[in-house]
Amino acid sequence: MTDQATEREVGRARPRKEDARLITGQTNWTDNISVNGLLHMAILRSPMAHARITRVDVSPALERPGVIAAFSGADLAEGLGSLPCAWPVTEDIVLPDHPPIAVDEVRHAGDPVALVVARDRYAAADALEAIEVDYEPLPPVLDLEAALAQDSPLVHSDKGTNSCYVWPLKTGEAFDSVRERAEVTLTRRYHHQRLIPNAMEPRAVVVTPLAASGEYTLYSSTQVPHIVRVMMAVVTGIPEHKIRVVAPDVGGGFGSKLQVYGEEALALAVARRIGRPVKWTESRSEGYLATHHGRGMIQDIEIAANRDGKLLGLKVDLLVDMGAYLMLVTPGIPILGAFMYPAIYKMDSYDFTCTGVFTTRTPTDAYRGAGRPEATYAIERIMDDLAVELGLDPVELRRRNWIGHEEFPYTSIAGLTYDSGNYEAATDKALSLFDYDKLRAEQADRNRRGDSVRLGIGVSTYTEMCGLAPSRVLRDLRYAAGGWEAASIRMLPTGKVEVVTGTSPHGQGHVTCWSQIAADVLGVPFEDVEVVHGDTKASPQGMDTYGSRSLVVGGTAVHSAAEKVVAKARKVAAHLLEASEQDLDFSDGVFSVKGSPDARKTIQEVAFETFTSHDLPDGFEPTINAEHLIDPDNFSYPHGTHLCAVEVDTETGQTHIRSYVCVDDVGKVINPMIVEGQVHGGLAQGIAQALYEEAVYDDEGNLVSGTMTDYFVPSAADLPEFTTERTETPATSNPLGVKGVGEAGTIASTPAVVNAIVDALRPLGVQDIRMPCTPERVWRAVREAQA
Amino acid sequence: MTRISVKVDGTTYQDEVEPRLLLIHYLRDRLGLTGTPIGCDTSNCGACTVELDGVSVKSCSVLAVQADGGEVTTVEGLARDGELSGLQRAFHEKHALQCGYCTPGMLMAARDLLREHPHPTADEIRHALEGNLCRCTGYQNIVQAVQAASEQEVSA
Amino acid sequence: MIPPAFDYARPDSVDEAVGLLAGAGEEAKVLAGGQSLLPLLRLRLAFPELVVDVGRIPELRGVREDGDTLVIGAMTTHHDVIHDPLVRRHAALLASATATVADPAVRHRGTLGGSLAHADPAADLPGVVLALDGELVAQGPGGRRTIPARDFFVDYLQTALAPDELLVEVRLPKADDWGFHYEKFHRVAQAYAIVGVAALVRRDDGHIAEARVGLTNMGSTPLRAAAAEAALVGAGDAESVARATEAAAEGARPAQDMSASVEYREHLARVLTRRAVLAAAGMG
Repeated sequence: MTDQATEREVGRARPRKEDARLITGQTNWTDNISVNGLLHMAILRSPMAHARITRVDVSPALERPGVIAAFSGADLAEGLGSLPCAWPVTEDIVLPDHPPIAVDEVRHAGDPVALVVARDRYAAADALEAIEVDYEPLPPVLDLEAALAQDSPLVHSDKGTNSCYVWPLKTGEAFDSVRERAEVTLTRRYHHQRLIPNAMEPRAVVVTPLAASGEYTLYSSTQVPHIVRVMMAVVTGIPEHKIRVVAPDVGGGFGSKLQVYGEEALALAVARRIGRPVKWTESRSEGYLATHHGRGMIQDIEIAANRDGKLLGLKVDLLVDMGAYLMLVTPGIPILGAFMYPAIYKMDSYDFTCTGVFTTRTPTDAYRGAGRPEATYAIERIMDDLAVELGLDPVELRRRNWIGHEEFPYTSIAGLTYDSGNYEAATDKALSLFDYDKLRAEQADRNRRGDSVRLGIGVSTYTEMCGLAPSRVLRDLRYAAGGWEAASIRMLPTGKVEVVTGTSPHGQGHVTCWSQIAADVLGVPFEDVEVVHGDTKASPQGMDTYGSRSLVVGGTAVHSAAEKVVAKARKVAAHLLEASEQDLDFSDGVFSVKGSPDARKTIQEVAFETFTSHDLPDGFEPTINAEHLIDPDNFSYPHGTHLCAVEVDTETGQTHIRSYVCVDDVGKVINPMIVEGQVHGGLAQGIAQALYEEAVYDDEGNLVSGTMTDYFVPSAADLPEFTTERTETPATSNPLGVKGVGEAGTIASTPAVVNAIVDALRPLGVQDIRMPCTPERVWRAVREAQA
Repeated sequence: MTRISVKVDGTTYQDEVEPRLLLIHYLRDRLGLTGTPIGCDTSNCGACTVELDGVSVKSCSVLAVQADGGEVTTVEGLARDGELSGLQRAFHEKHALQCGYCTPGMLMAARDLLREHPHPTADEIRHALEGNLCRCTGYQNIVQAVQAASEQEVSA
Repeated sequence: MIPPAFDYARPDSVDEAVGLLAGAGEEAKVLAGGQSLLPLLRLRLAFPELVVDVGRIPELRGVREDGDTLVIGAMTTHHDVIHDPLVRRHAALLASATATVADPAVRHRGTLGGSLAHADPAADLPGVVLALDGELVAQGPGGRRTIPARDFFVDYLQTALAPDELLVEVRLPKADDWGFHYEKFHRVAQAYAIVGVAALVRRDDGHIAEARVGLTNMGSTPLRAAAAEAALVGAGDAESVARATEAAAEGARPAQDMSASVEYREHLARVLTRRAVLAAAGMG
């Protein structure tokens, strides 16, 4: 008899199945893929932010040794459609043409203009230098406000405007009316710098064509193989059923690989044209221009409240940098944040407007948190300022306004129904771990002494919406696809299990977690479960991985599919045991007849009996395999309280995170070790936005922070040790009780850090510091406040 | 073309290479040893870290011809007869990797540290790994794994 | 990215290396540890016809004493400098500053001579060698000559080395009796210094008898903070050091870049010089 699982898997800190290959170098990154006759593609990119292309001559490149082909944009224009934007957020949105390779105009530094295909990457790199291109410079468009002026130069001259869309959301009482009756109003302007996602694996694409049958396999370092497949069919005209997309090992994404990229279409088009397999791998500095950026937003926010701290309403006006083109979900990113500005607080009025603006910079799109970090930053920053204005402790102000745990489910002013939460519990736990009162005492002491090193405490009590997403909500938001997820389970004749998932992991640990979920439902050993993913041939249906959706939607689908397997197996077991289904118990993978425990069949035995099909119930379809697609009813709403203590050297502006405590509530936890890891990584990226990272452009639109030497991704030496804890308030919107966790740390941490810095410097007159809070900005803020 | 002889993970290879060929491309494209990845073009990220003649180096910033006559150990040479090294085990047990792209370099950098400082403090570990970037883990579990590995070696 | 093609030579001796450089003229680049040159080549910011790899010339490596002078071979790696007992005894400032250069893997390959010959004003070691009153020995077809560090750094990435000259050793007067400190201020651990200050202080009877201050990234070359050095003589407490170091940025012409404005760099130079001197003088 096969071993049965007797210990529950869900909730166990299982070391990951994924690791065995990754720690020994037996990996399959896209750039590792090699096939006979493989050619290398290299792309010549615009050195200018905005210019007309007056001439491209690729012929000198063809004379270089080892060069097989070279193409200009015009050479490839036929048969290559515009890259898709799947989220036209308004009816009258401006949707510019987005050719995978520029034909007559370049609109950001890094826009592709020509390409070569050569025997190896060295020959391809050399040949690029031989291509001749003439440009006629056009004025760059860089400032979001100036871009909207009547006389601004245009990014897309045929569109007549740089305004992409205006998206409003007004709920509750009119904001003018609450402003009138408010005892206090505050207005603030916050800036979110552009960020470069920096997944450690640069992007890569390999296309292998089968000329005879017109079939193509596209390997890509992507988060979304299923979406890429559909979109490649649309862009290249190759029938969808002739395209197989594989996401092999993918080295991180953080939203940057939630995309359908021009290079995927170009590799496909070139492989089709020359009938040979083609590889393209970006270098890091090339990726800084070619892989989408994140954030890039100006926020004008106004909050209205009474003197006792009671919030009345919130008004938010956003200007958002789309970059030069609309990529897959570019316009929708700030809309994902639109519902989150009111956060965990009760109020009577909400007035939100978002304006998308084209600029001559690399397009923006999803970056970890996508819209929600921006929202959380704005509300949590202004809540701290309001607390000061009202003479309240920032935690106390939040307490007076948040939704009480007894009030769930609660429909927020923005219209979302939060299913569950306990802000009190998370906050109390965080305050105690942080030793809040003691740090406040030390802060007061330093202030009294006029210490040149000040101490600040930052608070961030956040929630977010994730687990994308109910398809009908997506329809209402004009997103072009659904938010369902698929899972199927195959019970193999020997009792082993294959779980096929539509999610596409790139570091999250789905193989381990899905194994834990399936093992528990099926009662089989964790080790007996294999998880298949990331290949449209092996996992034909899926909506992939982004927006902290995979566990909430995909993991739930695995759970439900496994329950279906058990239900089918129950019929077979009942037949074999000559009992009625109702008389069977199922526990730890064993069906047994109530009252006669010796009459039993394991689920593995049932699998084998089903395989032989010698003795199945009459009319029983001979399989216990099952598939389940789930479309969630609601988002999931993780929440938590983050507290950060920062020391600020007022003489140099240097900041130092002294302690960081967070208590997150992500509902039921499948694997606590993985959850903790997700939080750690999220914190690192959120802190990096607060302190270190920025895509800096000069006045001509050149990316100045163009290499990893100038874009400051923090190392282990730059980040503190985190104290991470949890409360567990199960979600009620899915059977597992789970909420997403991938983005929570990033969403919460940025305002916690900046709040702490401003808190440290408020006694010196500082009210705000623009991110990233570089030493010079901190120093200047102090100096200007003192002047 | 220049003739080189390099021992990699215990096997000696002799090849004609262009002088400009980077060691990392020699390992990946010529020898097919793709366990060591490339993460940047400015020697900042450390993903390509290998051991050359007993010390950690960034193989994107070494020419293959500079490794002539040398001995290279990569992540693929760490496990012996299928037995994981203490660091590899610790990375697994402490969940010190997520996507795993930085892991080969992290392992090699950590191995270098433990050779020089068998019992590093958390702070020493953080500084020793400053040339190796990870975007997934926030480093906390990496630091713990290195510490755990150093303790294992004490007890062993 | 991919380096452009070049010819490659790996001489066994300094004479051979100099001969190769003399033959190639301006089109040759010396490859020391490669930690500056290879990233430049990969980004295609340099296109040498010939790369002369001096990595296998034994006479260029190692540390020895020559009377009151410490002699460090140009190809001595950062790692070896940090751990060398002679350097730690006689030029401890250099050992401690070198420990802040880049990261351990880069320090295994990068060399003292390579860093100095690259002459990046944002690099840590040029200012340190300047503060140590070092001399650099170059060998060319006509033999050897000694160049004081203050004459060696000519401009941004430019030195007094002729195209056919090879930097062979660095000579540092022993600084056993000097207090020292290197104060590096940077955005993240492996970033270049926004400003760095190398301070050496000799005390006499509780007062500063002599101070030497080298500045990193405060101009197109590394600099000595001469005005502050002069003002520091006689300083006996933190307050007088603070007053003297107000002159630290005098004569500096720092660049404005992504990480700092001119004004901020000047401010940092003053603050960091004060801190470095106080630490070096044991007054901190």
